[in-house]
Amino acid sequence: MPTQPLLQVEDLKTYYPIKGGVLKRTKSHVKAVNEVSLEIYEGETLGVVGESGCGKSTLGRTILGLESKSGGSIQFKGNDIGSLTERQLKKYKKDMQMIFQDPFASLNPRQKIGKALEEVFVIHTTMSKKERKQRVLELLSEVGLNKEHYDRYPHEFSGGQRQRIGIARAMALNPSLVVCDEAVSALDVSVQAQIIKLLKELQAKHQLTYVFISHDLGVVRHISDRVLVMYLGTTVELGTTEQIFKNPQHPYTKALLSSIPRPIPGRKRERIKLEGDLPSASNYPTGCPFHTRCPVATEACREAKPEWREVEEGHYVACHLV
Amino acid sequence: MSTDLAIETNSSNSEKKKDGFIVETVKKLVQNKLAVIGLVIIFIQVVLAISAPFIVSYGPYEQDPTATYLGVGSEGHFLGTDNYGRDMWSRIVYGSRISLIVGVSTVAIGLLGGITLGLLAGYFKKLDAIIMRIVDLLFAFPGILLAMLIIAMLGTSLVNVVIAISIWSIPGCARIVRGSVLSVKKQEYVMALRSVGAGNTRILLKHILPNCTAPIIVFATTRMATAILSTASLSYLGLGAQPPTPEWGAMIAAGQNFMWDAPHMAVIPGVAIMLTVFAFNVVGDGLRDALDPNMNV
Repeated sequence: MPTQPLLQVEDLKTYYPIKGGVLKRTKSHVKAVNEVSLEIYEGETLGVVGESGCGKSTLGRTILGLESKSGGSIQFKGNDIGSLTERQLKKYKKDMQMIFQDPFASLNPRQKIGKALEEVFVIHTTMSKKERKQRVLELLSEVGLNKEHYDRYPHEFSGGQRQRIGIARAMALNPSLVVCDEAVSALDVSVQAQIIKLLKELQAKHQLTYVFISHDLGVVRHISDRVLVMYLGTTVELGTTEQIFKNPQHPYTKALLSSIPRPIPGRKRERIKLEGDLPSASNYPTGCPFHTRCPVATEACREAKPEWREVEEGHYVACHLV
Repeated sequence: MSTDLAIETNSSNSEKKKDGFIVETVKKLVQNKLAVIGLVIIFIQVVLAISAPFIVSYGPYEQDPTATYLGVGSEGHFLGTDNYGRDMWSRIVYGSRISLIVGVSTVAIGLLGGITLGLLAGYFKKLDAIIMRIVDLLFAFPGILLAMLIIAMLGTSLVNVVIAISIWSIPGCARIVRGSVLSVKKQEYVMALRSVGAGNTRILLKHILPNCTAPIIVFATTRMATAILSTASLSYLGLGAQPPTPEWGAMIAAGQNFMWDAPHMAVIPGVAIMLTVFAFNVVGDGLRDALDPNMNV
């Protein structure tokens, strides 16, 4: 693993203000992403898991600058994104792309696929019409579609095909970092497998780095080199896929892993059931954010926020009890 | 299963699934009988208005002192003549020209202003409050009163009627466009466009606006009816087209003096207004139903 991370995120915060009253004053914040620090290395796939509403999508969007951050810093290829000028930022944004969750919603229904893909080149390059078309046809074949698809509208495609188009759009500018936000969650299992295979092929071919956001632990385990576990906007555990799945340390990770159904008859696993619901991110718990549902919480958990500690090489946990 | 095979089956499934957007809308529209009647009326009217000089035997201003107050069904004048002996049919046909031109131009100006304001208000949060308060202000006046106010300032003429009614069309259009922009901009493809680096202008004009067309079309159609009716009302009140212009509202105003002797002078332009307004309204309603995805049963 190279020492210089491709992307370095420090104390990243994304807060949404809650406004109220006649004067629309900010009363409090929804802390969607709260003090997240992580490093992503070139060529790896970082899986981000957590239940719905834990801020994993917001984290991805904030990294790409689609949501504005409320605090912290993002360094991409050694440059602080916050300090860049508009023009430099456009260049960096070109290098970071996103694949969206819903392949039905992420394409303009009134635009032909070929035109939609060409638009990316219209924005970022000075290619001629012919060159653009040529490039789009190449892209289509790269993601397993063919040139007849160029003149079709999104509704003429199946979910898996649309996700291929989404991938083609993300790959169009040869980015180095791609955030896959629940990229396969809306697809059925056989199509999921095809899309994951495609993503892996593209990664090998173009030296891509993925941030793979998903709530599907099986998929994450299959595709990721390292896994980040998030809970209520904060990071609770980070490690290699093997460390997280074989030797989980944080009680939340353990509960999450125990929820994976095992299709092996006769083998019983202890299922850790969490009590209660995810607390509201607008009314943040004091101390450890997980203490309200943690089966082993102590007095200390209610009072102090646990530190982000390295328990073995490359394996970080935020828990008082580890 | 190989990847290629799966794609082949998928595409053959989806191919026969749907027609184009326009074809589908038209198919649904023609199922609505009233809307079809409306379309036929509008079509006939447009044809008459365009071919006016070729289908009338007398000019709209041509007076014939020997043939005044002829009733409906008279020889040579099948809709009769008025108090100056002018052919009613010719005046009605030329009147439809005026009504259609005024209707189309007011709707066009109203849409231009309304779409611009609506797009800005819906997309840029900071402009929203300012623009929508101005729109609320315009809404506070009853339409005809606002138009009369504007005409009082600009003077009476058909052009000023167009300006007055256009201004009054802007707020309604702005609200409708703003509403659809607010829902379209939350779509994931707008986020996707921003992630590939598309600018605001591109997103607004090339992606959001085309997806707001359905409510705009409905608005424009029903607005045509209102615009034609308002023009006739203002002209009836003497604020719009002046005699001897063959404008329907002005014709009613002229004809009401002869209500007992020659009722057709006021009734015929009245029927013309009624049919036109009815036609645009039912087509507007039909379009609303045809374009509303929730009405697919």
